[in-house]
Parts: sequence; C-alpha cells; structure tokens
Amino acid sequence: MVLALLKRDLALATRAGGGFGLAVAFFLILCALVPFGVGPDTGALRPIGPGILWVGALLACLLSLDRIFALDHEDGSMDLLATAPIPLEGVVAVKALAHWITSGLPLIVAAPVFGLLLHLPGAATPWLIASLLVGTPALSMLGAFGAAITVGLRRGGLLLSLLVLPLYIPTLIFGTEVVRRGAEGGDPATPMLFLAGITAGVIALVPFAAAAALRVNLR
Amino acid sequence: MSIWEYANPVKFMRLSGAILPWVVVGAVLCTVGGVVWGFLTPLDYKQGATVKIVFLHVPAAMMAINIWVMMLVTSLIWLIRRHHVSALAAKAAAPVGAVMTLIALATGAIWGQPMWGSWWEWDPRLTSFLILFLFYVGYIALWSAIEDPDSAADLTGVLCLVGSVFALLSRYAVLFWNQGLHQGASLSVAPGERMSAVYRYPLYLSMLGFLLLFLALLLIRTRTEIRRRRLAALQAREIRG
Repeated sequence: MVLALLKRDLALATRAGGGFGLAVAFFLILCALVPFGVGPDTGALRPIGPGILWVGALLACLLSLDRIFALDHEDGSMDLLATAPIPLEGVVAVKALAHWITSGLPLIVAAPVFGLLLHLPGAATPWLIASLLVGTPALSMLGAFGAAITVGLRRGGLLLSLLVLPLYIPTLIFGTEVVRRGAEGGDPATPMLFLAGITAGVIALVPFAAAAALRVNLR
Repeated sequence: MSIWEYANPVKFMRLSGAILPWVVVGAVLCTVGGVVWGFLTPLDYKQGATVKIVFLHVPAAMMAINIWVMMLVTSLIWLIRRHHVSALAAKAAAPVGAVMTLIALATGAIWGQPMWGSWWEWDPRLTSFLILFLFYVGYIALWSAIEDPDSAADLTGVLCLVGSVFALLSRYAVLFWNQGLHQGASLSVAPGERMSAVYRYPLYLSMLGFLLLFLALLLIRTRTEIRRRRLAALQAREIRG
C-alpha cells in the first residue's frame, strides 16, 4: 500500500511534465543570476556561495509544494486516501517522500556542479552534498505541512510560501553553516548534528500536524 | 464556579462588558503615566536622552512575546475543548501582537541609530523578533484566507502550535549563527546588573500599562468578533427563513 502510493505519486510527478527537471532548472537559473547581481569576481562569489546554494535549494523546493495535495484534493482521491488502511499521517509522509525524490534528490545531484559556477572550494563540496542530503527531507516534510494547511484555498500559492519559509529558517542556518565551515576548514560536525536533529524531529512530529490540517480540509 | 463558565459567549459578553471600562481607564492612566514619568527621569550618564525610549521598547517587546504565548494557550484550548470564545480571542490578539512586534522593532531602530550607529543589525534578538513578526503575518493571513470560521480556527490553531516550536527553535538557532550586539535582559534580578530604581519604577508602570492596553484591545476585539459571528448567524437565518 505504501509502495503503491509512492509509485503512483512518482509516476504522476514525472509524467505531468517537468517533474524532475523543473526544480533543477529553476536552481540553475538562480545560481546563474547571482553573478549578474554581485559581479563575476571569485573573491565576491566565494564567501556567499554556500548561502546562495542553500537559499536556491530552498526556493526550488518551494516551487512544487502546492502540487503535493492539490490535485488529489481536486479530483477526490484525497477522500479515498483518508479512508485507506494506512493512517493519514502515513499518507502525508509518503507524499513528502515522493516530493523529496522528485525535487530534493535532483537538487542534491546537481548541487556540486552549481557549486563550481559559484567558485565553491572543492573541500566544501562533500559537505554541501551531505548537508543537503540531511537537510532537504525536512524541507519537503515542512512543505507538506504548509500544503496540507492551504489545500482548500483557491489561490493558496503565495500564502503557502509565507507560511512555510519562516519554518525553513533553522534548517537554512545550520545547512549553510555546515558548508561554510567545510569551505573554511572549520569543524562542520556540530551544525551537522543540529541539522540532523531538526530533520529527525520534523519527520517524527510534523506528519501529525499535517494530517490534522488535512482532516480539517476534508470535512 | 469554574473559569470554563466564561467560555459561554453570553457570560463572556456580560463579564467583559462590565470590566472593559475599568481596564480602558487603567490602561490609559498607566501607559500615559509610565511614559510621562519616564520622560521626566534624569539623563543617563552614557546614553543621554535616548534611554527614554526604553519605556516604549521594553513593554512592547514583552507584550510581543507574551501575546504569542497567549495565542498558543487559547489555540490549545480551542483545539482540545472547542470553546469558540477561545479561538476568537486568539484571532483578536494576533494583529495587536504584530503591532507590538513592529513597535519593538521600530523603537529599537530609532534607539540603535545614535547608539550603535546603524538602524538595523543582524543581531540574534533583532532577527528573532523579525522572525516572530513573520509568524504573526502568516497567522493573520491564514485567518483572513479561509472562509469557514471553524476550519479557519482549526488550521490557524495547528499553525500556531507548529509556529511556536519553530519560533523558539529559530530563537536559539540564530544564536548559533551570529553573536549579538543587543544587551541582555533589561530587568535582571541579579544584583549589580539591576537597572537603577529611577528608571525601574516608571518602567514597571509602563509595562503594566501595556498589559492593560493589550487586555482592553483584546476584549474590544473579541467582543467585536462575537458580535460579527452573531450577525452572520442572524443573516443566515434571514436568508433561509
């Protein structure tokens, strides 16, 4: 049942056009725009690279959030999923996982290449991948919560960003810190542990809040 | 006789109507008294006249945090016991809290310009207040976006719970991110760090004034919300009738 739902969501995301590619393309444009804004200097790009990469990943993740529940809510599949044998919390977790595979994972694969564009030091690249790998599941899960709250609204897109982005702040702080310390040769273990702690807490607790919001919207 | 009796809107309206004039008078007396008394205090030997903004800044900052805590408690009461007055009180408190946060940020900027030489610093306290303001804005926007009042109360209640956790988390995450410029707690009980009595007593009065001011605004706004709800019920009956 869990696997079937995951397969269905992945198939829908990839076949509906631009599932995997869109987030990465957006990420690329963002990373390409920054040098136009701040100048092509290595000295100017290097210190802000980790921050730009993380903010870019965060915004690219935001792009596809409203689709997590919207289509299922419109065509009534959500009602079926609510009465399915697995609890609604599980449905939320699986949908967040599908979102992470379609938009989080491609970003992680693309991030080292985009790091080159921003002159990120080679020593920081493993830390960039590791921090994204640990941090982005929390972004998808929190995004699923925001999507669950705004699913009943006709134009919830802007409101969704307003609600979700403040929740991303702790993940952003620790994620950037890991990459910055990796680039400067500091000790990235401490922020990495904080980042992992936030992700673990989010995955454990937020599905309950998201499922509660979904139940309200299904009434 | 328990506190839950006042969850009944009729009883709440009667009680709040009776105490509202007294709260308003107390709020005006204490706020005006505290600020005027604060204005008459001698100049600080280091900060000069700029110290006087503390009588607006500290009470507003205190209320900004406490109003969010009050919203958290009333949201929990709504989610657990389904008392409508509680949900409406949370709705009524949010804009007041957002304005208090703005007052704290604005007075801080006005004070910071001559003292720190800049309107804004990415200091942990300033940053966490900005984040708190964002949470207030999101909360208010969600209330206004949903039509069905009960769904709106439920969803904003859940958002308030999750938001509280993340506001607290951000408060400590920003400490990790940047070391601060802002001074420590204004009203420390530790001897030697205490504010001089000349400034402390007007500050206490001003804080009491802001508390009463919030209470007055909260009662007025909650009463308005209850009346609006009754009006909507009457109109619905009219249409059906």
